[in-house]
Amino acid sequence: MARDLNRYLRPGVSTTPFCPGCGHGILMNIILRAIDELRLNLDDMLFVSGIGCAAWIPSPNFNADTLHTLHGRAIAFATGAKAFNPQLKTMVISGDGDLASIGGNHLIHAARRDTDLTVICANNMIYGMTGGQAAPTTPAGAISATTGGGNPWAPFDLCRLVIGAGAGYAARFAVTQPLELKEAIKEVLGFTGFGFIEVLSPCPTQYGRRNDYGAVTDMLEDLRRRCVTADEMKRLTGTERKDRILTGVLHDERNERNEMETARA
Amino acid sequence: MTSQDPVTPARHVREMLLGSDAVAHGVRLCRPAVVSAYPITPQTHIIETLSEMVDRGELPAEFIKVESEMSAIAACLGAVSAGVRAFTATSSQGLAMMHEILHWVAGARLPLVMVNANRALGAPWNIWADQSDSLSQRDTGWLQLYGETAQEALDGVIIAYRVTEALRVPVMVMLDGFIGSHTMEPLFIPDPGLVDDYLPPYTPVDYLDPDNPLTLCAATAPDSFYELKKGHARAMERAFDVLDKTFAEFGDRFGRRYAAVETAGTDDAEILVLSTGALTGTVRVALDRLRRQGVPAGLLKLRLVRPFPRWQLRHLLTGRRRVIVLNRAVSYGAGGILTQELRAACCGMADAPAIHDVIVSLGGKEVYPETIEEIVVRADELSPDESVWRP
Repeated sequence: MARDLNRYLRPGVSTTPFCPGCGHGILMNIILRAIDELRLNLDDMLFVSGIGCAAWIPSPNFNADTLHTLHGRAIAFATGAKAFNPQLKTMVISGDGDLASIGGNHLIHAARRDTDLTVICANNMIYGMTGGQAAPTTPAGAISATTGGGNPWAPFDLCRLVIGAGAGYAARFAVTQPLELKEAIKEVLGFTGFGFIEVLSPCPTQYGRRNDYGAVTDMLEDLRRRCVTADEMKRLTGTERKDRILTGVLHDERNERNEMETARA
Repeated sequence: MTSQDPVTPARHVREMLLGSDAVAHGVRLCRPAVVSAYPITPQTHIIETLSEMVDRGELPAEFIKVESEMSAIAACLGAVSAGVRAFTATSSQGLAMMHEILHWVAGARLPLVMVNANRALGAPWNIWADQSDSLSQRDTGWLQLYGETAQEALDGVIIAYRVTEALRVPVMVMLDGFIGSHTMEPLFIPDPGLVDDYLPPYTPVDYLDPDNPLTLCAATAPDSFYELKKGHARAMERAFDVLDKTFAEFGDRFGRRYAAVETAGTDDAEILVLSTGALTGTVRVALDRLRRQGVPAGLLKLRLVRPFPRWQLRHLLTGRRRVIVLNRAVSYGAGGILTQELRAACCGMADAPAIHDVIVSLGGKEVYPETIEEIVVRADELSPDESVWRP
């Protein structure tokens, strides 16, 4: 955490809840930086999270109303709070296992209804807090505590999922793209409607050590190499594209942007 | 150590295992065809170990890591409907999420075994030992077996498959979160052949088969519904006898004897302490110390909560002065759940002892032998009808 952002933390919060090398601390910093640059008042905001490592980003750390809900139910709780108090800037911050697995139904229906929520999904591709079991975002072939022989299933593309469900805005960035990510968070906080940002965040403790990432920096380097924009993707050969991850504001109905199509063009 | 070790019973291996791993070995020996689960602390080790066993080929089963506990129990419901043995494990919120399908499995009279690592239910969040999760599912029609040790959890799974397949009533096997699941204990793992002799391959009665199509769980008219529920209730009554016989046969074959209610030092005891799960180990220490001080107190360890062993308990309570029920789950507005059960069981008993309702621990609040000793020593001061909460 940058020192100047400490004023957004609840008094008494002094240590990070995250493991060494976890990307969630970077994301925590970026979210607060976006809020700081927008000069938003935390008293006008509500942060809702579910269960899992990412749910600890706002709760209890942010000095705002934070609601730590049941596993999977963050979006449903946020929808209720927002319905009662539409003035609240309501942000859901939770993980891939929480939002896309046990809570997947709430995610697609909030997207379909264009519920006025900012949903930030910290995707570390695994269930970190319970010890590294395969999630619906775990890459095919990856080793986890429940897929010792390699994950037999393909992962969700979370942005495609919410776009398919009707989301007007979907972006994907890694924590290794902090400035672009911060701008996307500011953009979503600036409009009314459902905005979804998938944030790729490394989990060295549960994912990296099982999948041949020798060091924390290997995971960050890997994200830096693999995360490309649509323009960069276009310049790559078919083989090169295979292990790259398309990042950017992938879908934005308000501004008629669609990077998914750009990348394919 | 090997089975040559004189303390190891014949056809067993002695091991030092976590409670959760002990459960996984019990499941492996029962050869389920489908294991489906979702991670939740403190149960997760059970399914992780099972998934490793599947990967290594030690357990030739389909392992399905699903997207929620509701999916896990639903996948098991599907598997047993298709005529195979299945298994799932969960804890706390996960068990609460399964609630709807727990009723469905039991109502469909499907044989299924699950393990629940007892943990508190939120809010607020708490991951430690507490029986609110399983005791709040006591009306779902499942048989409930509680264990004190990892050995009881391992053996309990094997016994549970025999019982569920005999009665067509699903069985929930409990061990304590962390104290049971995350503590290592020396225990005996039976040889696969010994378990195979005790638990033959599962032969389903009615199951989904394209060559012989049938409809399961179709809409039912009131009279038929009532008859089916009567059948379920009667199966629960038969469970006492089936369980006694199953325990007895298990004792003969494996050398470990169990009962629905187990006792220690009760022969001349005026005061009884009723306990369940891992807490019982602490109670044993406290009662041993009290015995040495001349306090005539004995232990009732409740293994079976559904069906509730009312006749055994009435028999054991006859002629006693008081019984102290140690609860780790509360029905708010009615007191400790096990106390209510015991009071209902003793209703109409002419010489029933005073029944004291003690809420001894919730959410993992530590219980020391001294805690129990003090409660027993000062039993005269305990209210006969109001719940006693610790200061």
